[in-house]
Amino acid sequence: MLAPWLVHLVLWPPLLVSVVHIIGFTGYTTWISFTSSTLIPENDFVGLRNYNSVLASRNWTIATENLLIFGTGFVVLTTAIGLTLAVLLDQRIRAENVLRTIYLYPMAVSFVVTGTVWSWLLNPSIGIQKLVRGLGWEAFRFDWVVDRDMAIYTIVIAGAWQASGFAMALFLAGIRSVDADLYKAAQIDGAGPWRIYRRVVLPAIWPIFIAVMVILLQYTIKTFDLVRALTGGGPGIATQLPSLVVYDLMFQRGLLGRGSAAAVLMLLYLLAVLLPYFAFVQWRKRRNARHG
Amino acid sequence: MAEAIRRQAPLSRWVIYAVLILFAAFYLVPLLVTVLNSVRTEQDIGSTSVVGWPRELALSNFGKAWGTYCIAQRCEGISPFMLNSIMMVVPATIISTLIGALNGYSIALWRFRGDNWVFGIITLGVFLPEQMKLVPWTLVLRDLGLSNTITALVFIHVIQGISFTTLFCRNYYVAIPPDLLKAAKIDGAGYFRIFWRIVLPLSPPILIVTVIWQFTHIWNEFLYGVTFTTGAQQPVTAALIALSVSVAEAPQYGVQSAAVLIAALPTLLVYLFGGKYFLRGLTAGAVK
Repeated sequence: MLAPWLVHLVLWPPLLVSVVHIIGFTGYTTWISFTSSTLIPENDFVGLRNYNSVLASRNWTIATENLLIFGTGFVVLTTAIGLTLAVLLDQRIRAENVLRTIYLYPMAVSFVVTGTVWSWLLNPSIGIQKLVRGLGWEAFRFDWVVDRDMAIYTIVIAGAWQASGFAMALFLAGIRSVDADLYKAAQIDGAGPWRIYRRVVLPAIWPIFIAVMVILLQYTIKTFDLVRALTGGGPGIATQLPSLVVYDLMFQRGLLGRGSAAAVLMLLYLLAVLLPYFAFVQWRKRRNARHG
Repeated sequence: MAEAIRRQAPLSRWVIYAVLILFAAFYLVPLLVTVLNSVRTEQDIGSTSVVGWPRELALSNFGKAWGTYCIAQRCEGISPFMLNSIMMVVPATIISTLIGALNGYSIALWRFRGDNWVFGIITLGVFLPEQMKLVPWTLVLRDLGLSNTITALVFIHVIQGISFTTLFCRNYYVAIPPDLLKAAKIDGAGYFRIFWRIVLPLSPPILIVTVIWQFTHIWNEFLYGVTFTTGAQQPVTAALIALSVSVAEAPQYGVQSAAVLIAALPTLLVYLFGGKYFLRGLTAGAVK
């Protein structure tokens, strides 16, 4: 048997490395965001100067607007598709496993791959527009990806394509975990299947709705590779997102201080989504413990 | 639900199937387009669109994509980058999974003072955006003399991955009855013996979930690859973007499709053979 102190020698290093890197890195980036660092980190405190210049930049304003459009569109569309598919798949469908495998595979593939393929399909000179025109409909137009106002919606489409199978899987698991007695009671009351979904199943799985939405929202805040591969942030900066602004400031313009400020702002966006959610989860736990 | 559904009119059954199949087509189109383009010639694609059946089979696309196509002035195709990705993903997956199993065991079963705090902080690492770590990693890699190496990416993915692997394993090990350990301790078994004899034999399901998660996640990772490596050192995801930039001047959709397909193949295969475990990891790591 090993001496107890030896156990601690094995137990602590990996734990410490994780803890120190998480706290240390977050703390360091936050510190840098308050300094005048450009290409190399400096240690002079300049207050909120970086935050002011990031928040005042057109780049960041557009990125935040896009985040709102993308976030709303992506979450609504993905949740709607995911729920529809889950409800339909729950109807004793043949080949359910095959269909589920097809719906979920985009999650296994890199966003870089997905984005590249979608960029071809959406490219008017080679993709869907050209296909439809080639079929004889000469006036057909589908050039969102090069249209400043519409390009962000192509990211919504590609994002929903990627993640809706995942939403489906979460909803389906939720639907299947609903108490069978609830179904029976509703059936005895003479309720039809759609009525049962509306009145019994959906009210029972509302916590899953919230979980799915939170998961998807924080995907949108972190989205980087999809946009990088699909539009590169363009045309111009029309599909810029906060994650791209951070990268651009840090590594293309060599403004570490400002880039760090943008990264901290990203973290704050994320906390604005996650903290209420964690509070909600705790509240439910406590309530269930009291009533359970 | 069964009776209620059997009473449904056959018409609505058809509608349900039609919608499900339509969605299946929507998900499959990009994959199908890539597969078809990978065997089409450039003239074929250029004269029609990226959506179409091959007029003649151009299997040479795969050879070019693998070994001769030029990416950023190097004409060796994506094979060196695939090799980079393999050299990155294999050690990073194995090491981070092992450490995660030990960490999870320590936190879940070998309770110590402050264990909840340690676990809480480690799970913070699961949702901390990568952007918060870019500057510190740059400095750490420079100080360790690892700038622009595959070793650097292995190092990063091990340390970052510990958050996920610890979370997965801890949540799994918590379900092991403490009495099992008490009995072993009374018999004189120590930290490693208990891990080896009791915990590890119970672990295969969670280790498969963890390995699949880490493998897919690290293989598909892009931001670190493109930030911390350049040129010949890049993993395949970063190289694909470089490829699409160099392709922009003279489009080579056929070759690029083949390249994209090769790069996606490892994770697709893992998904096809380990789908159940993949989904479990996805659900457990969903807060990422």
